[in-house]
Amino acid sequence: MSEKLLISTRKGLFTVSRNTAHWEIDTVDFLGDNVSIALSDHRDGRRYAALDHGHFGVKLHRSTATGWEEIAAPTYPPMPDGYEEQDMWGRPLKWSTARIWALAAGGPDEPGVIWCGTQPGGLFRSTDHGQSWEMIRSLWDHPKRKQWLGGGADLPGIHSICVDPRNSQCVWIGVSTGGIWFTDDGGCNWVQRGEGMRAEHVPPELTHDPIAQDVHCLTQCPAAPHRMWVQHHNGIFVSSDEGKTFTEIVGVEPSSFGFAVVVHPRDPDTAWFVPQIKDEKRIPSGGKLVVTRTRDGGEKFEILTKGLPQSHAYDVVYRHSLALDESGDRLAFGSTTGGLWVSEDQGESWACVTHTLPPVYAVRFA
Amino acid sequence: MAKVIFTPNIQRHVVCLEGEVPGRTVREVLENVFTENPRARAYVLDDQSGLRKHMTIFVDGQMIRDRARLADGVNESSTIYVFQALSGG
Repeated sequence: MSEKLLISTRKGLFTVSRNTAHWEIDTVDFLGDNVSIALSDHRDGRRYAALDHGHFGVKLHRSTATGWEEIAAPTYPPMPDGYEEQDMWGRPLKWSTARIWALAAGGPDEPGVIWCGTQPGGLFRSTDHGQSWEMIRSLWDHPKRKQWLGGGADLPGIHSICVDPRNSQCVWIGVSTGGIWFTDDGGCNWVQRGEGMRAEHVPPELTHDPIAQDVHCLTQCPAAPHRMWVQHHNGIFVSSDEGKTFTEIVGVEPSSFGFAVVVHPRDPDTAWFVPQIKDEKRIPSGGKLVVTRTRDGGEKFEILTKGLPQSHAYDVVYRHSLALDESGDRLAFGSTTGGLWVSEDQGESWACVTHTLPPVYAVRFA
Repeated sequence: MAKVIFTPNIQRHVVCLEGEVPGRTVREVLENVFTENPRARAYVLDDQSGLRKHMTIFVDGQMIRDRARLADGVNESSTIYVFQALSGG
């Protein structure tokens, strides 16, 4: 089981460790800085932290034996002379890294490979542990990429990256908004996936267009990679054919709206979610913070509440802020109001580690 | 040569010393700064080499207008301040 958590927050990167029976904040790095996401590469132990300094831009840091070092952040290529691109409001779209929104390790057969998803939609790959980055031009130059739109943000972005455990050349990405995209040749060519998802925020003729889908989070079962789960703006969707087609899961109480989803590493039918009231409010239903879990592929859901606040809780859990360790037993999630909870028993019960963190953007087991 | 002064808040990320730097435009002056201090570039300029959204530059008390090309003129006695814009919080 993983004994450490990396918590990326609006005001620093917190390392939380398990000491005998409880979890404690161990160290704080980059205190005061906006940490958008972090990665612990289980292949070699290196850690990566993406920072957004606001005035000074997006930076990337990598752990060393004694601390951290700044390394190259992904950089967009120069725009061709005379070329102009506009965002969804008709404003000039600048080819520049606005946010690092996804970091994922490559496969075990490609040490040093790191994938990085960004706003406004560029995907980058490093082959040298983040020392240098190459933009995946085949995706950025894909004519349909310009149909991607901002979802909850001014700019579109890549937030989910799934590397196939059977074949590192196969990679799925989730885009908000822009649906799911897939490559089977390491990023040279891309196709849209995600038939069957449904978007309510577009006219009827576009409802089932895969590119119109606002995927909030895409995840893949390591032991059964054909099974993919999506927490979508319009609900929960599950695929049993590697993301080619999805089925909507309906009737989930208290809500099928949310941002995060995790799937058990060995049981593709078991997945967890953190529901909220949809769209206009985005708070836990009835002020009760709950986790939902299915053990049968979405036929039934359990509402898990033990140890979670059940009155006047207004915690929102972002898409990267729910984590599951490799055992499949230990979960953790962090909230926008600074709460952090850990479960040792697949969500049956939860313990609050702290409720005074800065707003939490990402939770990962290290 | 123009005098170049950076916001104190950049110093904890990358040290940018006050200095006398040659150049006829803001671009030329900054390129000379970055030749000596390459890490500073990405803190001041974006991926397209324009001024970052929430940075601002004053030349002799006037905020520059050409944020993309940085073509605003500089003379031998100019003082250039590279500051944070309050729009960035």
